[in-house]
Amino acid sequence: MAMRGRGAVVGVGELRPTRETPGETTLSLMAKAGLAAIEDAGLSFADIDGMVCHPIGGVSMLTPSTVSELMGLKLNFAEVVDLGGATGAGMIWRAVAAIEAGMCRAVVCITGSSRRPRTPRVGGSKTAGGWAMPDRSAFSEFEVPYGNVGANVGYAMIANRYLHEYGASPEQLAKVAVHQRDNANQNPDAIFYGQPITVDDVLSSPLIADPLHMLEIVMPAGGAAALVVVGPELAEQLPNRPAWLLGAGEQVTHKTITYAPSLTDTAIQASARRAFDQAGVNPSQIGLASVYDCYTITVLLTLEDSGFTPKGTGGRFIEEHDLRWNGDFPVNTHGGQLSFGQPGIAGGMSHVTEAVRQIQGRAGARQIPDLELAFVNGNGGILSEQVSLIFGRER
Amino acid sequence: MAAKTTTDPTLRPAPRPSDLTAAFWAATTEGRFLIQRCTRCQAAIFYPRVNCTECGSTELVNEDASGRGTVYTYTVARRPTHRAWADAGPYVIAIVELEEGPHVTTNIVECDPDDVRIGMPVEVCFAPEADGVALPLFRPSAS
Repeated sequence: MAMRGRGAVVGVGELRPTRETPGETTLSLMAKAGLAAIEDAGLSFADIDGMVCHPIGGVSMLTPSTVSELMGLKLNFAEVVDLGGATGAGMIWRAVAAIEAGMCRAVVCITGSSRRPRTPRVGGSKTAGGWAMPDRSAFSEFEVPYGNVGANVGYAMIANRYLHEYGASPEQLAKVAVHQRDNANQNPDAIFYGQPITVDDVLSSPLIADPLHMLEIVMPAGGAAALVVVGPELAEQLPNRPAWLLGAGEQVTHKTITYAPSLTDTAIQASARRAFDQAGVNPSQIGLASVYDCYTITVLLTLEDSGFTPKGTGGRFIEEHDLRWNGDFPVNTHGGQLSFGQPGIAGGMSHVTEAVRQIQGRAGARQIPDLELAFVNGNGGILSEQVSLIFGRER
Repeated sequence: MAAKTTTDPTLRPAPRPSDLTAAFWAATTEGRFLIQRCTRCQAAIFYPRVNCTECGSTELVNEDASGRGTVYTYTVARRPTHRAWADAGPYVIAIVELEEGPHVTTNIVECDPDDVRIGMPVEVCFAPEADGVALPLFRPSAS
């Protein structure tokens, strides 16, 4: 019961993802989202005495002070979290832990990424630029020479191994993308708002890395998202309904999946189990699964390894349930990153902001009625970093 | 046993050995694929480590692997993942499970990408690289 009721999210600030962010820097976007979250919480600027951010391109060290100096924050707690797509979720429990330890009272957790127009990286010209040669590491010596670069091929190999061991139909996987798009069509901030798709659309989109089709792959965007976390005393005094953190779990097992303990039994099993144990609830009580969705296969594996359906039954589970906001098993009601967009680290944070909005009853046209409990999973790298959270309406 | 690949060796990012990996890469130029063996717990280890990833012991010795294994999983990259493959057409990135146990990232060569299957027996072959190393690749077993 380590985390249950020790802190809550009380403020949300999130910029609408866009394909490009001309004139903006990652830092400027983060400051805007951070200020919006503080205002939304009903707190004054001076009330914030903790901040959590993430590594930022071009800032090689001293990242928290770079952000706090820009924003003018004076901090009793300054932290950087580096868990890839699990960073946003990982920030939340760390903020609660810092408050519980007496280090600070109100923490703003900030994520974001600018995005420039891209020059083509591949195809056509061999000199098309953009590939950075990483420093020497196991990755540069034993992965890059084989073209094992980027997330697509890693998740494709996971998907092929899963299909070999357990099986799932292309239509079952495609349904994840389709229902999440239906959710995005209730969310005007989603990058694919107003563009419904069908299973045929997904399966007729180009194969990028077998068996992944283009519409099963997340699209990069620019944007930013921030949340304000406070302890129980302050939470009760503020205008928004608190989204109480009831449980958290974290697990890191590898960087490159070649060296993962398993490709099909993921580290999500351990992170989710700890989160459910701390919260004292079980998967059947969860009313929203807001889970990382860089690819459709990621959602299937997460639903299995979080305990919503037994190992090997994910495809059938997806087929038998309605994943929309008004369905019997709502998943990623904001559209997921597949349809909301992936603004860098703020893409992972979008699963947290959506769970908080739903618990607070502020999700607009896609609001799940009387939602009591939401499950969040953040996933970094190639199924490497995992952070699971459970939020509740009651402490 | 040099292997033909569709990759332009002047563009493929060649490995740059460190002290930890120098023995592995030196052996590749002699057509040998080294793994490490823990003398305490007998675990087989790839890629070269400072300590045993199973028991923590630093008593590791190099040994020749058989060079045989099976395809554990793979994908066909239909879009190039790196500029070295910009004009290569579809290519196979795979994880091979060595007979000795460890998993290795590689490319499957001398085989139509659409014919690769999980469980397929494969054997190592070596593509000479520009910087005095040879890159271990895998092809369908001769047998």
